[in-house]
Amino acid sequence: MSALQTQNPGRKIFSSRLATIVVWTLTVLWTIPTLGLFVSSFRSGKDIYETGWWTALIKPDFTLANYQKVLFGGGAESLGDGILPYFVNSIVITLPAVIFPITIATMAAYCLAWVKFRGSDFLFFTIFALQIVPLQMSLVPLLQLFTGGAHFQGITLIPKLGIAGEFAGIWLPHTMFALPLAIYLMHNFIASIPRDLMEAAFVDGANHFKVFRQIVVPLSIPAIAALAIFQFLWVWNDLLVALTFASSTEEIAPINAKLASLVGQYGSSWESLTAGAFITILIPLIVFFSLQRYFVRGLLAGSVK
Amino acid sequence: MFKSKKGALAIGAVAVSLVATMLTTVSASAAVNCDPYSGYKKMKGKTVTVFTSILEPELTTMKTAMKDFVACTGIKVKIEGSNQFEALLPVRVKGGNAPDLAFLPQPGLLVKMVATGKVVAPPAGTVANVNKYWSKSWKDLGTVKGKFYAAPLGSNMKSLVWYSPKQFKAAGYTVPKTWDEMTTLADKMAADGKIAFCGGLGSGGATGWPATDWVEQIVLREYGAKVYNDWVSHKVKFSDPKIKAAMQKVAGWMQNPKWVGNVKGIATTTFQDAGKGIPTGKCMMLQQASFYGNILGAEGATISSTGDAFAFYLPATNSKVSVPVVGGGEFTTAFAKRPEVQQVQNYLSSATFATSRVQLDHWVSANSGVPLAAYKDPIDRLAAEYLSNSKSTFGFDASDLMPAAVGAGAEWKEFTAWFGEGKSIDDVTKAIDAAWPAS
Amino acid sequence: MGAFLTDSLGKLSQVLVAIAIFSIVLLAIFGIAGRAKGKYQNKIAQIIFFGPAAFLLLVGLVVPAIQTIIFSFKDPDSVNFVGFANYKWMLIDPNIKTVMLNTILWILVVPLITTGIGLLLAVMLDRLKRESIPKSLIFMPMAISFVGASIIWKFVYDYAKDGYPQTGLLSNIVSLFGGTPQNWMLVKPLNTFLLMIIFIWVQTGFAMVILSAAIKAVPSDIVEASALDGASGWKLFKNITFPMVRGTFIVVLATMVVGALKLFDIVRTMTGGNFGTNVLANEMYSQVFVQFDQGKGSALAVALFISVSPILIYNIIHLRRERAQR
Repeated sequence: MSALQTQNPGRKIFSSRLATIVVWTLTVLWTIPTLGLFVSSFRSGKDIYETGWWTALIKPDFTLANYQKVLFGGGAESLGDGILPYFVNSIVITLPAVIFPITIATMAAYCLAWVKFRGSDFLFFTIFALQIVPLQMSLVPLLQLFTGGAHFQGITLIPKLGIAGEFAGIWLPHTMFALPLAIYLMHNFIASIPRDLMEAAFVDGANHFKVFRQIVVPLSIPAIAALAIFQFLWVWNDLLVALTFASSTEEIAPINAKLASLVGQYGSSWESLTAGAFITILIPLIVFFSLQRYFVRGLLAGSVK
Repeated sequence: MFKSKKGALAIGAVAVSLVATMLTTVSASAAVNCDPYSGYKKMKGKTVTVFTSILEPELTTMKTAMKDFVACTGIKVKIEGSNQFEALLPVRVKGGNAPDLAFLPQPGLLVKMVATGKVVAPPAGTVANVNKYWSKSWKDLGTVKGKFYAAPLGSNMKSLVWYSPKQFKAAGYTVPKTWDEMTTLADKMAADGKIAFCGGLGSGGATGWPATDWVEQIVLREYGAKVYNDWVSHKVKFSDPKIKAAMQKVAGWMQNPKWVGNVKGIATTTFQDAGKGIPTGKCMMLQQASFYGNILGAEGATISSTGDAFAFYLPATNSKVSVPVVGGGEFTTAFAKRPEVQQVQNYLSSATFATSRVQLDHWVSANSGVPLAAYKDPIDRLAAEYLSNSKSTFGFDASDLMPAAVGAGAEWKEFTAWFGEGKSIDDVTKAIDAAWPAS
Repeated sequence: MGAFLTDSLGKLSQVLVAIAIFSIVLLAIFGIAGRAKGKYQNKIAQIIFFGPAAFLLLVGLVVPAIQTIIFSFKDPDSVNFVGFANYKWMLIDPNIKTVMLNTILWILVVPLITTGIGLLLAVMLDRLKRESIPKSLIFMPMAISFVGASIIWKFVYDYAKDGYPQTGLLSNIVSLFGGTPQNWMLVKPLNTFLLMIIFIWVQTGFAMVILSAAIKAVPSDIVEASALDGASGWKLFKNITFPMVRGTFIVVLATMVVGALKLFDIVRTMTGGNFGTNVLANEMYSQVFVQFDQGKGSALAVALFISVSPILIYNIIHLRRERAQR
């Protein structure tokens, strides 16, 4: 306890007992629905249909058959049948679709927060407002741009990109759609970097590019890590963008497209769906656990001091 | 029922084609028999992309059916299936990323696609096939403003009632042949403490469509093709006494608490879950299309006339309307004019393709070149019998023909409220008529 | 297998090349532009830092937004202008009235609860020794794809009719306390709140993570100093911690409002927008992608644009005030 005291002095907002009770109550509440899915994924289809999942906790009757069917069942409706190419696609789609928007957003957020210019506030609020534009409305115009370019009165403004159906054709829309929220969130963090710290650097003769690389980015690592996780989850779980700008074939489609096929033409077989859903959660969870230490610890507080 | 001259001819054709089939399967193991494809040019290295709402496992079956064609012509056919097909196709077409071919499940969508100006008229070979193998009413469904665009592909038959032969046998019930027999049977089931009819409207964003099917069944059964078609074109309004009376009849059937139990529960039960009680006798009958056997089959039920589940023809209600059949289907639509695309179009509209497809499973074609005996699945054969019966009064799924604002909008929504919230028929019909587009 | 390996290597090398080009270009520009001196320095920095984002936003969102506004004055196929017909429809149609009321309910209830619970958790987690387990479990719903989430909640809200066994968790809890299971998705207006719970369940993790990072960034010496002055508990939170994270709180709240406005998949899968649960974004989706009416869909999208303006104005006021304080 004393170690905690010195590490975290004076943070006695709530008694730690009350905090423990409240946090764990909420945690249990939040976990129960998912637990239902988890337990159900080990039950037979007949059991799922006839009794609530909690009965299995009292009278355990578990089976691995669902996972076996989904993973190794063979046939087009099983994940075992060629899931690897889709898995590779998901990685290929996700990495740039996380790195590009976060880099560009961090730069833009820095510019709006620290490189003051006329209209920068207006631009900031415009970007905030752009979050509301439903991406469904951007699909057709963007696709037209990729397949035909942009022309104004015979002058080609943007040449035909020809990236529809390519990975680049998925990265670009993801980058565009991620920017408003990413800039908005990054702006919040970057703007709160203490003014003295920044001014000291400028007085020392550093220019914007140096300050950005040597002060802003290192200080923003927790925010960048948090944002990277969110962006990763959105891209990983996305199906609409991938299916619009590419296709659901194994050359390019993400793993989600393969999972959607588990539902199948007439599908409502809960037992396969429960197991399939659980398999999909695994990878995002692993990523979350491995990245979370970057933002769980208060890096920003530590370095500013 | 099928003792017409046409039937006899068909049986002759069956014998021939069966021999041919056996030859194909035998030779396929060694080398592909390319004789049926001698009319097609070899186009090695060419690729044709197809986009469809057909999903696994049917997608693989589709590819299997086309295997020999692909091997003999060298054309690579890339088929992509998506459950977001209806939303994605317009986006891709308008965005300039259209597939070469798409299988449109609704004529209404075809009208929209033609309006984009991107649809390419089929080649002469396809037109000849359609003229030869399909009835005029099917060809008309692929026609927009007098111009023929899309050849029919598969079909499904919606005038079926699913039941469990095992449960019927155990309880001593017999399959009803007339509407009155069906209602008497339902009363008997109710007296035995059973739920006579299962039902479910739930289908995510498309919730409500099974109810549109039920109303279509009764409108066609009560009034025949003329009123049905006028209803589709809104010459007969939803608030017309005739349509209201038909809805009243549906209410007396699928909203009869004595037969269906909890009426409101129908609105929240998914259509897939609705029939799950059939094999175990939790509910006894379900009006659903021919494809429903696949859902029951996926749950482990055996589909046969003595098994866990099977279907009978939904009886007629009016003796003046001869064999009313409501059905649906897909239409092959082209967005490219390349020779290899046209060759695939010709193939898909041929009897060769349709026959090789129905031999596999889960497929019905209204292509008259397909011998009934070729069908592997007994339900598919039953469905095909009704679709090809010259005495049938055929009505294509009305909600698929009506403007999308109604057929995929107001009608789904209002019928769901009719079941789930007890909205009155007067209010329901008024709201649907109000949603009908002005032009 | 060999083909799979070569294919995969090809794809993965595409990624490496793309990221490499991106980084090299960026570093090169930074290097060259960093040498610029004098009065152009700021201008160059603006263009380089903000240019890429501005271009991508313009092409990806601004142009489509303008196009949407134009389409809202056109017919379903975006061919002929129809004046204000689509807006008139929006004002007259009784279904849209329900849609609007529900949407307002969503943005009033959901963001506050989500951000509130997120803040509570963030503050309390700060007190715990082992915070990573509860944090991960509460964040977990965010990692679940929507297909997964809809199955999870089916197990909670399911209602079985006519003597089928009740397998839904909610129905069983209600029975346990002596109540009667209901067909939950049909009970108005409870059904809308039940759908909101799903959204809260998914998004609280987001609020918690962001707010937790902000709380950890509050310099310890400030809190320490006030604690020495005798402040504790609620007072410490109200006077010290909350003011320090207010900015982030508003950012999260605004993000949640936008999220609630754009929400459609929960409503779509659970009720299909029936039984009085429809919301603006779902109606827009139906109009554009199911009923193929680009005009009405665009008008609904414009209504979405407009409904974000109160929170936008609030943001502007807040930022102005914050600037004044600095």
